[in-house]
Amino acid sequence: MEAGAGLGRRIATRDWRVSLDDFAGATSLGARRPRLAGRSVVLAVGDMAKAAAALIELDGLARRIVLSPPAFDMRGLDALVRDAEADALVYDGDDAAPPARLDLLAPCGLPLEPLASSPSPRLRGEGRGEGPGRFHDIAANHPAPHPNLLPANASVWRGTSGEKGRIRRLATEWVMPTSGTSGPPKMVVHTLATLTGAFRPAPGQAWATFYDIRRYGGLQIFLRALAGTESLTLSGAGESVEAFLIRLGEAGAKHISGTPSHWRKVLMSAQARRIEPETVRLSGEIADDAVLAALRALYPSARVEHAYASTEAGVAFAVGDGRAGFPAALIDEVGDAAMKIVDGSLRIRSNRTALRYIGSDAPPLRDAEGFVDSGDIVERRGDRYRFVGRRGGIINVGGAKIHPEEVEAALNAHAAVRASRVFARPSPITGALVAAEVVLREGVAANDDLSREILTSCRAALPAHKAPSFLRFVADLPVTDGGKLARHG
Amino acid sequence: MTTRSTILTHIRDVAAQQGKTLAPLSDDLPLLESGLDSLCFAILVARLEDALGADPFTTAQSQRFPRTIGELIALYDEALV
Repeated sequence: MEAGAGLGRRIATRDWRVSLDDFAGATSLGARRPRLAGRSVVLAVGDMAKAAAALIELDGLARRIVLSPPAFDMRGLDALVRDAEADALVYDGDDAAPPARLDLLAPCGLPLEPLASSPSPRLRGEGRGEGPGRFHDIAANHPAPHPNLLPANASVWRGTSGEKGRIRRLATEWVMPTSGTSGPPKMVVHTLATLTGAFRPAPGQAWATFYDIRRYGGLQIFLRALAGTESLTLSGAGESVEAFLIRLGEAGAKHISGTPSHWRKVLMSAQARRIEPETVRLSGEIADDAVLAALRALYPSARVEHAYASTEAGVAFAVGDGRAGFPAALIDEVGDAAMKIVDGSLRIRSNRTALRYIGSDAPPLRDAEGFVDSGDIVERRGDRYRFVGRRGGIINVGGAKIHPEEVEAALNAHAAVRASRVFARPSPITGALVAAEVVLREGVAANDDLSREILTSCRAALPAHKAPSFLRFVADLPVTDGGKLARHG
Repeated sequence: MTTRSTILTHIRDVAAQQGKTLAPLSDDLPLLESGLDSLCFAILVARLEDALGADPFTTAQSQRFPRTIGELIALYDEALV
């Protein structure tokens, strides 16, 4: 899209409203902004609105942006800096500068302040028609040159004296540390082209997301909104689902994304009818039939779709038929994402898959044919593939392997169950047993009869060793910063 | 409730939950012939840990494995002393 299409749009969090038009003449990065040009920049800003502003400005300006996840443990900063070859860090100007030994520490703040000593960073009219290469001095190794997507992007730096008058926009690398469940995070390299490869122009879509924009699912919505024509509504740190739903309703957000865990909280909320979504998008976890059916019942006029995406594999596809899993025909379809199944796990290749990992001891991200192994185990049942769980997340009961997710799907299928978490209980006899915590639907009373009934329904739906042996009712289930069911701890 | 009655209650309960037919319970009934399979037995041990606060199968001193209902009860009795 052409830069500059702010036109009254804004990014709204609980605490800030950032007008996209303002980026034409103002900055969140203060006087140090020009010095960030061409650097590898760690973005370590807690506040999401400030992070959004910095991203808008850094794309095209920085050589590399490392999106430090929210609530990043600063003890891991040295390794992050080393692996990303970072030479600058952007932090929240309202906080103290982090103790990082870096060449440049740049505070980021809102509201935007006028750009100093920059006569007119407007990009659109400036220099148009004065020859190719003026606007996009894209690095040669960029896989698919893509105009900078961010509107009114002031992320342009004037060359040094030798290149006077020349405007350069770098093909910035977007680096996302993955929230690995074990070991140090791997850093996944994307570009704006890989991040936006799934977008089709869709004007008029007012997006919102429960995700943090520094996670892949949230970043997708952030960029999708910027590529579109409407405003974007984001959650605030520590904001309750109730409060966020009220804000979403007031903002008129119609296209809303989150994990199934986020959406189960919506289903449990008294404020669920504050929103009238046109699109309900689920991603990041397995969407089971129960949550899809409940959302369709709650929002009958909405398209309820579940997207399959990961930080490494990128967006592969979205399914809108209201059923869990995806049609088996998708595997063979010559679409824009190629898929294959190796040892039960889904492998993806598309123009959205990440380029590589960076860092010491980084393994290859793609196989010889360019496919990324998702680690998500699928099983064919009739004309459909179902996601059964993560490789490595298996509960081993006396040698029989059980994916917690398939047990959760059976629990969630019970009419009284809103959400569940299945985990291993150690056993000296079988190594492990299947245990479950269950959140009931509002108005349903917990008692022993109901517990027995739910367990009986699981034993009817699953082989005996897969059915939970222990069930406990809980008021709530922990969700990670990424909006996914917390499986550990 | 005595340890014995707690154990017998849970044996019957687990068997019912798992749809198993129990043999008449007596002290000399071999566990392998009781009608409980290893999954049932694992569930029983976990339940008894919750009910009695002891799991003699994970404590270091108990190396012998009970072969009968009576030995099972004795194992818990010893663990609970």
